[in-house]
Amino acid sequence: MPEIVAFNTIAAGIEPEVEKVQARATQVGPRGRKPRRALSGRNIMIYGTLIVVALYYLLPLYVMVMTSLKGMPEIRLGNIFAPPLEITFEPWVKAWSSACTGLNCDGLSRGFWNSVRITVPSTIVSIAIASVNGYALANWRFKGADLFFTILIVGAFIPYQVMIYPIVIVLRELGVYGSLTGLIIVHTIFGMPILTLLFRNYFAGLPEELFKAARVDGAGFWTIYFRIMLPMSMPIFVVAMILQVTGIWNDFLFGVVFTRPEYYPMTVQLNNIVNSVQGVKEYNVNMAATILTGAVPLIVYFVSGRLFVRGIAAGAVKG
Amino acid sequence: MNLRSFAAALAVTVVLPLGAASAADLEVTHWWTSGGEAAAVAELAKAFDATGNHWVDGAIAGSGSTARPIMVSRITGGDPMAATQFNHGRQAEELVEAGLMRDLTDVATKEKWKEIIKPASLLDSCTIDGKIYCAPVNIHSWQWLWLSNAAFKQAGVDVPKNWDEFVAAAPALEKAGIVPLAVGGQPWQAAGAFDVLMVAIAGKDTFQKVFGDKDEEAAAGPEIAKVFKAADDARRMSKGTNVQDWNQATNMVITGKAGGQIMGDWAQGEFQLAGQKAGTDYTCLPGLGVNEVISTGGDAFYFPLLKDEEKSKAQEALASTLLNPATQVAFNLKKGSLPVRGDVDLAAANDCMKKGLDILAKGNVIQGTDQLLSADSQKQKEDLFSEFFANPSMTPEDAQKRFADIIASAD
Amino acid sequence: MAGHTRGSGRPNQWLRNLNAKLASIPMILTAVVIFLGGTVWTVVYSFTNSRLLPRLSFVGLDQYERLWAAPRWLISVQNLVIYGFFSLIFSLAIGFLLAALMDQKIRFENTFRTIMLYPFALSFIVTGLVWQWLLNPEYGIQSVVRSLGWTSFAFDPLYNSNIVIYGILIAALWQGTGLVMCLMLAGLRGIDEDIWKATRVDGIPMWKTYLLVIIPMMRGVFITTLVIIASGIVKVYDLVVAQTSGGPGIASEVPAKYVYDYMFQAQNLGQGFAASTMMLVTVAIIIVPWAYLEFGGGRKRA
Repeated sequence: MPEIVAFNTIAAGIEPEVEKVQARATQVGPRGRKPRRALSGRNIMIYGTLIVVALYYLLPLYVMVMTSLKGMPEIRLGNIFAPPLEITFEPWVKAWSSACTGLNCDGLSRGFWNSVRITVPSTIVSIAIASVNGYALANWRFKGADLFFTILIVGAFIPYQVMIYPIVIVLRELGVYGSLTGLIIVHTIFGMPILTLLFRNYFAGLPEELFKAARVDGAGFWTIYFRIMLPMSMPIFVVAMILQVTGIWNDFLFGVVFTRPEYYPMTVQLNNIVNSVQGVKEYNVNMAATILTGAVPLIVYFVSGRLFVRGIAAGAVKG
Repeated sequence: MNLRSFAAALAVTVVLPLGAASAADLEVTHWWTSGGEAAAVAELAKAFDATGNHWVDGAIAGSGSTARPIMVSRITGGDPMAATQFNHGRQAEELVEAGLMRDLTDVATKEKWKEIIKPASLLDSCTIDGKIYCAPVNIHSWQWLWLSNAAFKQAGVDVPKNWDEFVAAAPALEKAGIVPLAVGGQPWQAAGAFDVLMVAIAGKDTFQKVFGDKDEEAAAGPEIAKVFKAADDARRMSKGTNVQDWNQATNMVITGKAGGQIMGDWAQGEFQLAGQKAGTDYTCLPGLGVNEVISTGGDAFYFPLLKDEEKSKAQEALASTLLNPATQVAFNLKKGSLPVRGDVDLAAANDCMKKGLDILAKGNVIQGTDQLLSADSQKQKEDLFSEFFANPSMTPEDAQKRFADIIASAD
Repeated sequence: MAGHTRGSGRPNQWLRNLNAKLASIPMILTAVVIFLGGTVWTVVYSFTNSRLLPRLSFVGLDQYERLWAAPRWLISVQNLVIYGFFSLIFSLAIGFLLAALMDQKIRFENTFRTIMLYPFALSFIVTGLVWQWLLNPEYGIQSVVRSLGWTSFAFDPLYNSNIVIYGILIAALWQGTGLVMCLMLAGLRGIDEDIWKATRVDGIPMWKTYLLVIIPMMRGVFITTLVIIASGIVKVYDLVVAQTSGGPGIASEVPAKYVYDYMFQAQNLGQGFAASTMMLVTVAIIIVPWAYLEFGGGRKRA
């Protein structure tokens, strides 16, 4: 078999590669230079910069939280950076359960489960498909694959709005317009370019010898994917999940254009709360609604942020 | 998952007709989400629910530009709502031509819409090839100047009675730290304000010539030059508004932070909601107090063609509910607009609405720009005027030249 | 590895690698039907006078002539160039710098990373709203600084036509750099410790190691990041709508917004499609040759 011949010629050079893999496996956590004394000038510079940067990132969140705890009179008076004189949770209650859009006065609660119902399957399906794509592109290239991939990457640059009509037509012809299935397809399509790129680059960066050794053992496309690639790919799956959960949870346009009201996601209510002004803008309710809507992706980040780093280590160890 | 929910949906449609004789849930989409607007929609829903059917509210906030693509995609995607708001005029024309909308002629004939709807131009806008496709619900006029009595008191000048007095009072307002004229940042507000200035200053005939006949020469002529002069004043007076939404601008007038606002009669709903009284707390000047003419644009409901017979029947019920005299009164009082039928009693109307009704009765009306111009020309106009109002270095002469170009290519 | 899976003209060539081909069907369909098909469809209809609904009545280049005569489109293009240039430079530079700092065996790495990444969890609508507020001269940063004594302090980027696009840039960077940092960090962690050891033995200064050794090794990560940032730049829409709605006047308009507004507000699909075709053509001219060189053409691995 030509594969085996090819393998044998490469096998000669495998030794140092394996060492490299083992070297990677022993490293857990950050690298770079070893830290010196705790209060060296270098450390002051590093922590100083990071703290200043962290403040810049935190400032808007601080303002959001403070504002959401104030009553409207206090907001009108005041300094947006000042902590509330009198803490009130009313804006939160209102944003969650009684803010109105038109005649529906049940706040964000109406769309929460819809968002979950949309985000979970869409994230899973889009990641599953894109990871297989990336795997095929990295390890099992066939003629023409590069062309399709190039089209896909260019597709990442198309403004979504332009694609509304063609997609409405396609979904209508498939008979899934207005259904959850249709929306999952749409999210899978628009997530595909970036995700495929991510997975392709990641799989291409894994040590080739693993793949080849498995091939020699007679493992096929799916076996290698499930037995070797998947267990080694935690970090990239986490990154993909972060991207998709954020993108899909925060999506507004597809959610309203491609489904019926019974499936409308939470962002529709957020848009309605933020954009329908009843006299004065109720900034406190807006801010509370904002934080509530962002809560799910935020929690995903807090949990998976750690996985992100641990995933890299685990992936290397298992390899 | 989807199969199951599909089955569930199927089960519901099968079971429901057995339970309730001829009641149906109708989803109605619209973009009425400001305080006054929502209160008005509630009246429509109440009246429709009273017929034994059920109004399922599908409000999408963020004005027509957010809501319209959703409505159009759903109609063309084959999963339409049961009824939807459009500004009436030319927005839904093509959907009708594509055979996606329902013909309401039967209901209209039965209920004699042709006789009761005043002015007749409203129903004309709903009529395509002799068939009626929409139910007008209100008349909205743009030509109003809303003034804050408190602001003028604070500045120590009398509340103006017309545009010129208002311009003259501007320096006093500025001195008192009040923005003379609130113009929100959304492009349609600047464009609308210009149209209002045009009717007031150049008159009804010029307005018709420019927007109705698309007369390029008139648009480049001396009458319109005067209008641009006034727009220049308005631009100067609006400096420092710094809000986006129209009702935030209205709120500046309500709270006395701004002297006045050129805005359609829907602003009235906001004054009402804030508990203000026409005449004592605020003053309204139709036609800017110069030329008492109002336009008769408005909102209308269109009904997409549905396969479900129960729902189709309910659509008819909804159409006739919308034009029911009691509904018309209740809805329009809350909305601050005028009813589409001339035969209803609006005793409860406030001073400003009475002024409007008066002008309407005298027949001093023009068609709205939504009816005269395509959405495309309207948008180009909006681009021009939002730039003009935000950019002090753009001269009125340059702006007029571009305006004439837009009119020349308008349709 | 491509070499050993490529057939060499054997009779059952189509069956070779069949699983990979089957597995790629969703990708092929998406690429061909949606992206290619949708693009061709859009380009075709850009030569028509379609209004609310697409219809095939051709008007030649009319839509394009009108497009390039429209002041708003010209401003949109100009804004996109400015925004794109700075956004690309700053995202990459800040993202890499932060990642390098985070890779110095620091304490509280989790905390810092979470802080930098969390804005990405928030939608553009939200980001726009918060920054609109912080930058509002009446109660945002300007008023606070003024109340501290600098009464002539002026910082109102969203209300000043000349600098409004930078106001949008501030918010965009706040939202996006965290993710860039994370991708870069993942890239840095993928670099062998041996390399660091070797450069230390050779006494090469740290910045030089980063610039000449590490960055070239992170090519794949940079490409991924570049595609993510650049595609976000071209599509920027929500952020502008939420922060300024394109204002003051038309000073912060962007191409994607022109497309959307003309398609749906103006109900002039032809004009919207012409604008989006221009966007696509520009993107294609830049991306296609590069992408093909990068992803195709016999190169084994990125």
